Amino acid sequence: MVKLGKFFKGLYVVLMGIFLYAPIFTLIVFSFNAGKSRAKWDGFSLKWYAALFQNQTILQALYNTIIIALVSSLIATLIGTMASIAMNRMKKLPRQVMMGITNIPMLNADIVTGISLMLLFIMMDFALGFTSVLLAHITFNIPYVILSVMPKLKQTDRHVFEAAQDLGATPISAFFKVVLPDIFPGILSGFLLAFTMSLDDFVITHFTKGAGVDTISTKVYTELRKGIKPEMYALSTLMFVTVLILLVFINRRRDRQNEAQKI
Amino acid sequence: MRKVRRVLAVLLILALAATCFSACGKKSSGDDQVVYVYNWGEYIDPDALDMFEEETGIRVIYDEYETNEIMFPKVQAGAVAYDVICPSDYMIAKMIEEDLLQPINFDNIPNVENIGSIYKEMSEEFDPGNKFSVPYCWGTVGILYNKTMVDGEITSWSAIFDEKYADNILMIDSVRDAMGVALKYLGYSLNSTHEGELEEAKNLLIEQYPLVQAYVVDQVRDKMINNEAALGVIYSGEAIYTARENEDLVYVVPDEGSNVWIDSWVIPKNAPNVENAEKFIDFMCRPEIALLNFDYITYSTPNVAAQELIEDEDIRTSKTAFPDDEILHRCEAFVYLGEEMDEIYNAKWEEVKSGQ
Repeated sequence: MVKLGKFFKGLYVVLMGIFLYAPIFTLIVFSFNAGKSRAKWDGFSLKWYAALFQNQTILQALYNTIIIALVSSLIATLIGTMASIAMNRMKKLPRQVMMGITNIPMLNADIVTGISLMLLFIMMDFALGFTSVLLAHITFNIPYVILSVMPKLKQTDRHVFEAAQDLGATPISAFFKVVLPDIFPGILSGFLLAFTMSLDDFVITHFTKGAGVDTISTKVYTELRKGIKPEMYALSTLMFVTVLILLVFINRRRDRQNEAQKI
Repeated sequence: MRKVRRVLAVLLILALAATCFSACGKKSSGDDQVVYVYNWGEYIDPDALDMFEEETGIRVIYDEYETNEIMFPKVQAGAVAYDVICPSDYMIAKMIEEDLLQPINFDNIPNVENIGSIYKEMSEEFDPGNKFSVPYCWGTVGILYNKTMVDGEITSWSAIFDEKYADNILMIDSVRDAMGVALKYLGYSLNSTHEGELEEAKNLLIEQYPLVQAYVVDQVRDKMINNEAALGVIYSGEAIYTARENEDLVYVVPDEGSNVWIDSWVIPKNAPNVENAEKFIDFMCRPEIALLNFDYITYSTPNVAAQELIEDEDIRTSKTAFPDDEILHRCEAFVYLGEEMDEIYNAKWEEVKSGQ
């Protein structure tokens, strides 16, 4: 009986793995296909990888994607953290109102956010381009940061901050030495969440981007009518592998830290 | 003191925001050596853009879209002022109706004479008088079939409604195309607004429903190459590519006629660099450049001079890429039927797709 249970547990995990990774695996396989078709295997080849690194428009789009994701999530983390600290000190009612206001953009459909941002930019006579995309990304990233920093702040005891000041710390050094280390995991996860949100956003980017500014997602989408080029498979494979290595690295480090703490 | 500080802080933030908006938000004006082009994805040979820049010194700021419907709101809202756009027939009609386009001054586009007269004639349907558009790419909708999987030659739309090929048919998953096919088979116009005709077309499609293996758009290419179905409804532009990959595949425009679509260059009303736009369109109409683009896109070119330059005789005389005028006369371009009609079409198609 126990054995059967174990078997089903294993089967469940394997099935989950297949559902999650079979599409990615197919994509990786076809990135090595010598032919252009998704239906036919024409032999192993690295030519799409070579083509990828010669394709200036894709590389430019990749560069834009990463810069926008990085800068927007950094700025959003800064603003979001400051906002959370201020909101944490508010009275209950205003705090709840503020929380509601910051939550709405997250629940709102992307297309509504995208079109309203576009109309706002047009109304202000603000030329759509790289900057407008960046501002849009900062805007929709802030709620995610607030959402992950707020619970951490609630866990911390506000008297610790006061105690630090009693012991002679200035408010600023008390913040950096006492409060910040406490909420840092929240800030970090907020940053990572914002980074990934920005990385794979399509709709908002589409509406706020100007001529000639493309991110990976908008670039892929324009290729839909004529069929997606295998260079994109190669790029996706490389991105997947990079993220995988990064995750393994982070997890192993965390494991080692946990063990160190146990001892 | 505290209040003063607070006010000061707010003022500083406002100042910061203001400088940011005025500094990075300035629209580049006075720089007339650029042309903003908005085209379909993968719809031009990148070399052609480089050649244009080199020859004229005009910088091309190139942007792409994936459907007419996603291009339209951006242009309508005036989000970016483009100089040249390349929409399809019915969308051009809609843009003319919404007063978004300006008439083209053909004196500045001498190469327009390379465009075949039949294509101008077909353009009349959505651009009466050929005032607003210059044809760039065109194609037909037809049947792609696998020689080894059907009996004899296919020449009629009846094949895709034939029980013989049950579960071997790939139907196109797009309202106007699917309804258009059915209307044409029944002998009506594919721009029909007649309630009875539309009802008949709908019933035909409902009868076809159990025979269809899948409703697809893009996947028809790969499925046909992979011998997964005997026949499918496809755009002619894809037919050259699929025939190259699998030699059993044959493309045909059925005798009843079909849809012919045209994507044409237009200049929007708010274009800041009209002169450069005209230079760009003129450049694209040169035979060598049109040929370059034809080789890259594989969609038929309306540029007669370029058609003659095609080296590969099979393609130059191919009925797939360049069907006879006689067949073309039986084909129609889509016309924008208005919002109300769009809804009726959509409702009928919903009924078909729900399989009742």
